[in-house]
Amino acid sequence: MDASITMTVDGREHTLTVDTRTTLLDVVRDHLNNWSPKKGCDHGQCGACTMLVDGRRVTTCLSLAVAQDGRDVVTAAGLADGDQLHPVQQAFIDQDAFQCGYCTPGQVCSAVGMLDEAGGADLSDDEIRERMSGNLCRCGAYVNIVAAVRQAADGAPDGRRS
Amino acid sequence: MIPFAYSRADTTADAVRAVSADPDAAFIAGGTNLVDHMRLEIATPRTLVDVSRLPLGDVIDTADGGVAIGASVRNSDLAEHPAVRSRYPALSTALLSGASGQLRNLATTGGNLLQRTRCPYFHDPTTPCNKREPGTGCSALGGYARDAAIFAATPDCVATHPSDMAVALALYGGVVQVLGAAGDREIPLNEFYANEDPSHDTVLAHGELITGVRLPPPTGAPSTYRKVRDRESYAFALVSVAASLRVDGGHVADVRIACGGVAHKPWRAARAEEALRGAPASAASYEAAADAELAAADPLPGNEFKRRLLRGTLTAVLSELSEEQ
Repeated sequence: MDASITMTVDGREHTLTVDTRTTLLDVVRDHLNNWSPKKGCDHGQCGACTMLVDGRRVTTCLSLAVAQDGRDVVTAAGLADGDQLHPVQQAFIDQDAFQCGYCTPGQVCSAVGMLDEAGGADLSDDEIRERMSGNLCRCGAYVNIVAAVRQAADGAPDGRRS
Repeated sequence: MIPFAYSRADTTADAVRAVSADPDAAFIAGGTNLVDHMRLEIATPRTLVDVSRLPLGDVIDTADGGVAIGASVRNSDLAEHPAVRSRYPALSTALLSGASGQLRNLATTGGNLLQRTRCPYFHDPTTPCNKREPGTGCSALGGYARDAAIFAATPDCVATHPSDMAVALALYGGVVQVLGAAGDREIPLNEFYANEDPSHDTVLAHGELITGVRLPPPTGAPSTYRKVRDRESYAFALVSVAASLRVDGGHVADVRIACGGVAHKPWRAARAEEALRGAPASAASYEAAADAELAAADPLPGNEFKRRLLRGTLTAVLSELSEEQ
């Protein structure tokens, strides 16, 4: 069954008609051709689909698109300010925090949301690991991911776009 | 996933009316469990009524010194709430030990109580499971039973309830507030879960909506939550213990214990509590209390280890609480 929804994705408003079964992840990828968020497990277990919805990181493979009417959605592709990368994106490059890169957009969105949740608190590496544990990396690039999140945390204490 | 109609309720009464009138309708809030079940066709509602935007999103101090938690409060927000962190610390710890940051941002208080077992056979439609398909049998009996219950299991179902939050709510004497077609009712958390018919996890009737959870005022006794699992983060409990303990003059003056991962519900360890009242606050007392509780355990081949794990965890938690005093 179809339903009409309006939502903002990476700063642009979209009004769409979607089958009620469609997830937010599938709308963004298949209707808006934004392939930044990735489909991994499709069961909420891997974090590859993480986006920021109304500023908070969520697993979008478990979020029905029809329930997002009026929401503001940001993917990893929408974090940069023009050519200026978000500090978390830059940190992932600086620290070589990806191998195959498939999980990276979800890791980046999760890190941005997580740093905001932490509110500038001084995070130990163990706490970064715990707070990022919803994002799995099959390459096992965790050591560099932790280093990247640490760089972003130290450079931009509240994790917001600078 | 089968096709379904979707609507958003504006009031709790509208939501209850819509679902009560339609046997194929279901409430949805965060969707972290239900959407997954719909994809696996474990759940096949033909109508979803979205209750996530109902005005049930607050944590309010009650006149008696307790709190009233709205059903739509997100797990992440509840864990961070100052009243919860300061007065019900085991609840905050339990919430933060569950799932991941992304899921806690979606999951709600009401939905968390209604999440279903993670027994692997429940999630595998190719296997018999009385909870998923009544009358087909229980594959965990004689199968993989590492996660299964050691208390109050039946020959029909040995599944455990997966919620950490519910274990802490049981510790603090939580009361579930429900609105149904016939009006309001309150159900103590200890009476909320059922397993006579495995396909019905709770005593709720179809169309009854959880509107919140009320917690009585804290007793003042120190409390904590400890979760033991196969990996350090983002895993369900093998066993968990929420406990509060007050020691007076070297003896146990007040104790409450609720355990997770061991039954179809948060397991109030009434035998252990009874054994501890007035007993010396010592490791020997805590071990004896754990043994008193475990006398009622009936593990399966494959989860006998939960006896030792629960004994050790319970003893450690009670020792930690008494050392703080």
